[in-house]
Order: sequence, then C-alpha cells, then structure tokens
Amino acid sequence: MSVLINVENLGKAFRTYPNATQRIRSWLGLPTRNVKDIWVLKNLNFQVHAGEAVGLVGENGAGKSTLLKMIAGTLAPTEGGIQLFGEVRAILELGMGFNGEFTGRENARHGLSMMGMSAEEADSLLPEVEAFAEVGDYFDRPLRTYSSGMQMRVTFAVATARRPQVLIVDEALAVGDAYFQHKSFEKIREMQRAGTTLLIVSHDRGAIQRICDRVILLEHGEISREGDPEVIMDYYNAMLANKGNQKHTVHSEELEDGRVATTSGTGEATIQSVTLHDANSGDPIEIATVGQEVELKVKLDINEHIDQLVVGYVIKDRLRQDVFGTNTHLLDQVLENPKPGQTQCYRFRFTCNLGEGSYSTSVAAHADDTHVRHNYHWKDLACTFEVVNANKKRFLGVAWIPPELTIEPNSGDTQ
Amino acid sequence: MTQRALAIARYWWSYRFFVRSAIRNDLRARYARSKLGLLWALVQPLAMVLIYTLILSHLMSAKLPETDTVYAYPIYLMSGMLAWTLFSEAVGRGLGIFVEQGELIKKVAFPRALLPIIALGSATVNGLALLSMMLMVFLFLGHWPDLHYLWMPGLMFLALWLGLSIGLLFGLMNVFFRDISQAIPVILQFLFWLTPIVYALSMLPPEYHSYFSWNPIAKLTAAFQDVILYRRNPTELHLVYLSGIALIFTALSAGLYLRVKHELADHL
Repeated sequence: MSVLINVENLGKAFRTYPNATQRIRSWLGLPTRNVKDIWVLKNLNFQVHAGEAVGLVGENGAGKSTLLKMIAGTLAPTEGGIQLFGEVRAILELGMGFNGEFTGRENARHGLSMMGMSAEEADSLLPEVEAFAEVGDYFDRPLRTYSSGMQMRVTFAVATARRPQVLIVDEALAVGDAYFQHKSFEKIREMQRAGTTLLIVSHDRGAIQRICDRVILLEHGEISREGDPEVIMDYYNAMLANKGNQKHTVHSEELEDGRVATTSGTGEATIQSVTLHDANSGDPIEIATVGQEVELKVKLDINEHIDQLVVGYVIKDRLRQDVFGTNTHLLDQVLENPKPGQTQCYRFRFTCNLGEGSYSTSVAAHADDTHVRHNYHWKDLACTFEVVNANKKRFLGVAWIPPELTIEPNSGDTQ
Repeated sequence: MTQRALAIARYWWSYRFFVRSAIRNDLRARYARSKLGLLWALVQPLAMVLIYTLILSHLMSAKLPETDTVYAYPIYLMSGMLAWTLFSEAVGRGLGIFVEQGELIKKVAFPRALLPIIALGSATVNGLALLSMMLMVFLFLGHWPDLHYLWMPGLMFLALWLGLSIGLLFGLMNVFFRDISQAIPVILQFLFWLTPIVYALSMLPPEYHSYFSWNPIAKLTAAFQDVILYRRNPTELHLVYLSGIALIFTALSAGLYLRVKHELADHL
C-alpha cells in the first residue's frame, strides 16, 4: 500500500510576542527576546495509506482540528512536515468562505472553482451538486436566506462533488438533520469504497467504528494511542469517564481470543463478576436461544463509603454497536449508602429478543445516570455470549421482532 | 528547479477560473442588493469633481496656464482624481485583503499569491469604468483624447501597482496590528491634500515646490495631468522612479509575507 499522507515529527506552536517591538524585530530578522511558543501539537509521526480510513479522537483542545487544518494546508506547521501524495479535499467546520448575498448555485460554482476546476468542469458538476444538496428552489436564492443545515448541505455537496484521493472531515457529520447526516455518511462510505482515503474527526463513536480501520487518540497535542478502533474508543471513553480524578485508572487487558478489554474506574465499588444465566433454571450459560428468558447477574463489591450506586449495562453486537442499554437509575432503583464490605448482586432479567450472532456486555458502576461522573468501575467485554436460533423461523438482523401477518384482498384504494 | 517552477506555474494556471470567478464575485458583492451597482463606485469621485468645480472653477481657471480649454480646471481635477482614485483604492484593497478574506484563508487551501491578483483584477475593472465615465465627460466638454492616451494603460497599471504594493505591505502588518487599517485612511487623507489634485503647483509660491518633489504621488498625478489635460508625454524619469518605488514595496511585501506566512492564518 502506498503512503498518501506522511506526517513526520510534526509540531505546531502559536507564537506570542511580549510586545509589538519584538514582533517587528522578528520581521526584520533581528534577534528577539521573551518570545513564547505555545505548543498545541508536538512530535507527531504517522502515515496514512491509500484506501485507509483513519479516525482522530481526543478531547476538545487536544489539537485534532489544528492537525486537520495543517494536513488540509490552511495552517502552516511550525516544525516537521507533512508530505501529501494526492489531491486532498477538506470539509472543515462550516462553510467554504461562501458569500451570503449570492445564490446557492453561484456559491457552489465559485466553490468548485476554488478547487482548481475550470468553468466547464464546474458547470458539468453543478447539476450533481444541486441534486445532492436537495435544497429545492433555494438553490437559486441568496445563501443568507438558508438555514445552517441547508448551508451545510450545499457545502458538503460542493466539497464532495469530485471524489478526492484524500477526504478530510471535521465534525461535519454532526451538522444538519438526520436525513442528510445519513446521506452524507453514505456518500463518504461510497467514496471510501471507490478508494478514497479518509481522515475523520468525530465524537460519534458509532460513526468512527463503522468507517475507520484505525484510530489515533490525541492527548495534549501528542499521539497517546493508535490502533484498532474498538480498543482505542473503549480506552478513550474510559479516559473521559472520570477526568480529573486522581484515583481513576484506565487499564487495558488482552483476552484469550485476542480482543482487548478496557476497565477503568476509581474503585469505590468493583465489579466482581458478570454472568449470564437461564432465568428459570439459574444455570450459567454462554449460548442463549432466541426468545429465551435469561438473567444477567452482576456481582459488585462495595469497597468504600459511597452515597449512591447506579449499575448499568449495554449489550453490544459483533460490531460493538449498542443494541440495548439501561441502568438502575433509569429503572428507579438507585442504591443509597450501600455498606462498605458488602457484596451486592444485581439480576437483570429479560427475554433474549436478539438475532443470531455474538454479543458482549459492558457493565459499569457509577454514581449518576451517566458514567461520565464518578465512575467507580467500568468493564468492557464483561460477559460475552452467543445467540442461536433454535426454535424460531429464520429472520434477519440483531433484533427479534416477530410480526403478526394478515393478508386480505384489497377492496380498493379507499377503505 | 525549473521543473518545480513549472509545476507551480501549472498549479496556479489551473486556478484561472477561480481568479475570474473571484473578481466577478468581488465586484458583485460590493454592490449586492443595490440597483445601480458599479455606478456607485463612480459617483464618489465624480461628486467630488462636481463640488470642487462648482466652488473653485472661477478661482482656478485663470491659474492653469498652457491650456486651450475653458474647462481646464474640471479636466485637471478629473485627471488628478483618476490617478488618486486608482492609487488609493489599490492601497485599500491591499490593506484589507488578508483580513477580509480571512475565512477563506482559514478554510480553503488555494495558492495565496492569487489574492493580490484578484484584488488587482477587480481594481482594474473599477478603474476602467471610472476612466470611461470620465472620457464621456471629456467628450461632452469637447476635450478629445489624442495619441498621448497610449500612455494611459501603462499609467493606470502603475497607479494600481504602486497602490497595491504599498497596501499589501501594510495589509500584512494589519493582520497582527489592526490599528494600521485605521491609520492608513487618515494618512491617505493628508496625502491627498499634499498632492496637487484640487490645486496646481503653479498656484503656490516657488519656495514650497521642492517639498512636493518628496511626494511620489505628486509625480503620479502629474503624469495623468500631462497626458489628459496638457496632451503631452509624462516625464519618463518620474515613471521609472515610481516603478522603482512600486518594485521596492513589492519586494518588501513578498519578503514580509515569507516571514509571516506560517503564522498568518493563526491570527485571522
């Protein structure tokens, strides 16, 4: 695989001068004093190969957007360099420097020219842009009359009018209505299949995991981890789960089957075991049948005094997409002041209305309705199980939603 | 080396439609939603000409020797105004270009060197519109152009180039010190009155004349007045001098750009 983006020892600093004189001295090539460099990115090294899809995650301020802008060519690196071997197109934030006074069509035409197209090429692509943007009559009205979602549609349609070798997308997927999000997501997938290399910043875990082959985690302007999307996203979520808490630890361990499970937490309460049982017999099981009554048993050790304990779980499919999740806060059974030293046993009983396949559960013990604050213990891949179809008709998908079918001759269009 | 230069040239050439589109957008954007459009660009200098003509015509006409028309003063005024408008507008363009196009610079990667070309292009269109408007007035006044007008394209280019090169230098500084874009119009206003546009040098006592030799813009307006009003060749040495200044400012702008380009977008 050929390298399309080669980032070597890349660093970006925003330089601050103590006063105007020092800045002017720098213009004249004279020595300067008290110049401070605020480094937002430092010592980055990575390569992106042709056809790869790389996700970039990290907290706000980690330097993701700055990195994308440098690769897109709108910001200059302070040290190191970026080599690009192919046409790069970037969808950064909103807009492409469009003018609100001009119509969507005029802006789109100008936007295409900004990519170095000729008038003929731009004109030949305009009908496609118009069709993809789906803003109707608005395409011939001034951009200032558009909603932000409509502006995004036009921007996205223009930016993706010609398939680039590298497409950089910064959070663009989060803008606009669900329909267009879906449509633009599909468009990105389509370009990916056609061979476009992707570099994506997104806070949408699902999107990252569906698209990316590899994820790079940026922390304080440096690459802290890089690798398999599931593993990095688990780690990243755990890292987010209890920021600023000194006791909080994140731990990754490799399971027998090669998968990496991430556990994290502050440890006031720890998950002792998570097991799946047949609800009637109580026997532990690893394989459930579609429609079976099952019980997810979570045993917790209370180690220290805590005010509140919420226990939650998420069932995930093979692709690590959430299938179902809930917690005791949502179920109105928050435990107040559990006694330290005690072990609590939670039984979640449910009908296994899942499709065939392999599933995993992530379990968490925390203090609030979400795991982001006061995460005591959180365990990914806590319990994995298979679902087989033993006694139901064949069906597709991850959910078992049997319909009741009626067929009758239609007496006409009106009832 | 040559191969690299060729590749860069080809890269720029691929953006020719962008340049055209940007010039047209620039002209249209300035007068968007106004019915008269580009005409407004001409109203301002012509209104000034009208005002000064009405107020000062009688006072001035007698003091413009070597002319054969009774309308000598309005024509003198218009030639000077043409030079000044071209120059000062180009300064304004260069001054504002980086900040005005900040969004574009931050969001889209394209050859930055095209920005001055776009500014030059739209200023040229404005200048040509102003020139044709003035020509109509000259014809109306019975002052026909002659062969000396062959100097006009060159003079107009010189005025725009000089203005743009000065404007770009301060435009770059303005990204870091925004006071500059406030100060320049004030300085331009002084410069306007220190240049013989509304008045003629011959009206001033001779001992002051040497001060005006310090003002390059006075040489520029003189060249326009020579060609349009006096129907004679401009002083060639002055044109060389002006081109030299434009060249120096171009080099300074380019030099400063190379120094600050890595942090330019950070400050927009």
